[in-house]
Amino acid sequence: MIWEWVIKSLFILIAMTAGFAYLTLFERRMIAKFQIRVGPNRAGPFGLLQPVADGIKLIFKEELVPANADKLMFILAPVITVIPSLIVTAVLPWGPDVTIGGRTIHLYLADVNVGLLYIMAVTSISVYGITLAGWSSNNKYATLGGLRSTAQMISYEIALGFCFIVPVLLSGSMSLVDIVNAQRGLWYAFLQPGAAIILGITMYAEVNRAPFDMPEAEQELTAGYHSEYSGMKFALFFMAEYIKMIAVSMIFTTLFLGGYLLPFQGWFESLPVIGPIIPFIGPFVFLAKVVALLFGFVWVRSTLPRIRYDRLMAFGWKILFPLSLLSVMVTAVVVLLVNR
Amino acid sequence: MLIVFFVLAFVAVGTAISMLVTRNAIYSAIFLVLNFGTVAILYLILGAPFIALSQITVYAGSVVVLFLFVIMLLGAERLPGGEPLKWQRFLAIPLILVLALDFGINIAREGGKIGMVDVPPAGYGAPVDVGKVLFTQYALPFEVTAIILLSAVVGAIMLAKTDKAGRRRDLYKREQQQEKTP
Repeated sequence: MIWEWVIKSLFILIAMTAGFAYLTLFERRMIAKFQIRVGPNRAGPFGLLQPVADGIKLIFKEELVPANADKLMFILAPVITVIPSLIVTAVLPWGPDVTIGGRTIHLYLADVNVGLLYIMAVTSISVYGITLAGWSSNNKYATLGGLRSTAQMISYEIALGFCFIVPVLLSGSMSLVDIVNAQRGLWYAFLQPGAAIILGITMYAEVNRAPFDMPEAEQELTAGYHSEYSGMKFALFFMAEYIKMIAVSMIFTTLFLGGYLLPFQGWFESLPVIGPIIPFIGPFVFLAKVVALLFGFVWVRSTLPRIRYDRLMAFGWKILFPLSLLSVMVTAVVVLLVNR
Repeated sequence: MLIVFFVLAFVAVGTAISMLVTRNAIYSAIFLVLNFGTVAILYLILGAPFIALSQITVYAGSVVVLFLFVIMLLGAERLPGGEPLKWQRFLAIPLILVLALDFGINIAREGGKIGMVDVPPAGYGAPVDVGKVLFTQYALPFEVTAIILLSAVVGAIMLAKTDKAGRRRDLYKREQQQEKTP
C-alpha cells in the first residue's frame, strides 16, 4: 500500500518535471510557427533533445549572488516557489479506477474531502517565493517586480476562489474525484460557461503568463523578481512557471472539462468491445485536454500584447471579481431551485 | 503519533520564539508562516483537515503576505537595536517566574491524566458538517462576524481614499488641455 503511494508520488513528480522540459520545447516550436520562423530543431530529431541541452547549459552556468543580498532567502526563494507547484496536483484524479490482475487501483494520489481547499492553500503559499526573491535580491527592479506579481496573484486569487466554488455548488463536494464523477452527464463548462471563462482568465494571471506577464515587463522592470538570478536558480523559477501552467490546466480540466471523461462517456462504456478498455484510456483523454489548454497558453502569449499594470488591477477587482461573485450567486440559486 | 506531535510541538514553539527574538522583520514574518504551518499540521493530526487548510489559506497565505508587503514598502526590515521600553526587561523576570510556577502547578495536578486523544472517525469535520453547524447552530455569531468584516472593509477603503476622489481624472484632463493650447 505504501509502495503504491510512493510510486504514484514519484510518477507525479517525474511527469511534472518532464512535462516542464517538453513544454518549453512545445512553446518555442509553436511560437516559431506563429511567427513564421523555424524554431529550435537542431538538437535531436525535431529538436527533441533541446530541453536536455538547455538543462546541461543551465547547470554549468555561474551562479551569481548580488552584493548585500540576503543570502539565505536568495537561495531559498526559488525552492519555495517550485515546491508548491510540484505538489499542487496531488489531489487531482487523472483516470478512473482500473482493475489490473484483480486489484483495483485508484488513479489518483489522494482523494481528500477538502481537495479544492488544498489547492487554494498550496497556491497561496507559492506567492512567498516570488515576494522573497524580489526582496532578497537587493535590487529595486526585483523588489518592484516581486511586489507587483504578488499583488496581481492575490487580487486574481479572489476571483479564482469564487470560480472554484461553482463546481463545488454543482457537485455538492469539495473532493475533485467526486467533482469529475458528477460531470458524467454534462461538463460544467457547458452548465456554467461564465465561471469557466472567468477561471480561464484568472489562471493566466495566476501563473503570470502573457497577457498578464508583469514580472517580465522588460521595458519597465528588466526581468522583475528574477532579474538577479542566474544558472540553476533561474531555472527553478522558470520551472515553477511552466509547472504551474501544467497544474492550472489540469485543475481547469478537472473542474470544468470533465477531467478524464470522454464526451458521452456512458455511451462509450456501454459499447460491447471497446467498453471495458475505456477506463484505461482515461489518462490519455486527460492528457489530451491538458495539452489543448497548454496550446491555448502558447497561442495567447504569441497573440496578445501585455496589459498595463493599473488596467490589470482594475480589470481584476472591478470586472472579474463582481462577475465571479454573480456567477456564484446565480449558480447557488439555480442549484437550489432545481434540487427543490 | 506521539513522536510526530513532539517534533511538531518543538518546531511550533521554536518558530514562535525565533519570531520574537529575530531582529529582521522579514525573518519574523517567515517564522510566523512556519508557525502557522506547523499548527495546521497539528490540526490535521487532530482530524480537522478543513480547519488546517483554512488556516494555511487565510493566515499563512493571505495575512502574512500583507505583513510582508507593509514591511517591504516601509523599508522596516531592520529593527532598531535598543528596546524602546526599558522597564519591560525588569518586568519580564518575575513574569517568567509566574509562568513557570503556573506550568509547574498544572503539570503536578493534571500531569497524570494526559493521554492521547482518540483519532476521530473518518469524515469527522468534513466541510459539509462544518457548513451545516455554521449556518444553523452558530448562525448568529457567523452573521455578526460577517458584519464586522464588512465594516472593516469599508473602514479600510475610507482610510485609503484620498480627499480628492477624481484627482487623477482632473490631472489627465489638465494634460489634455495643455496639449491643445499651444
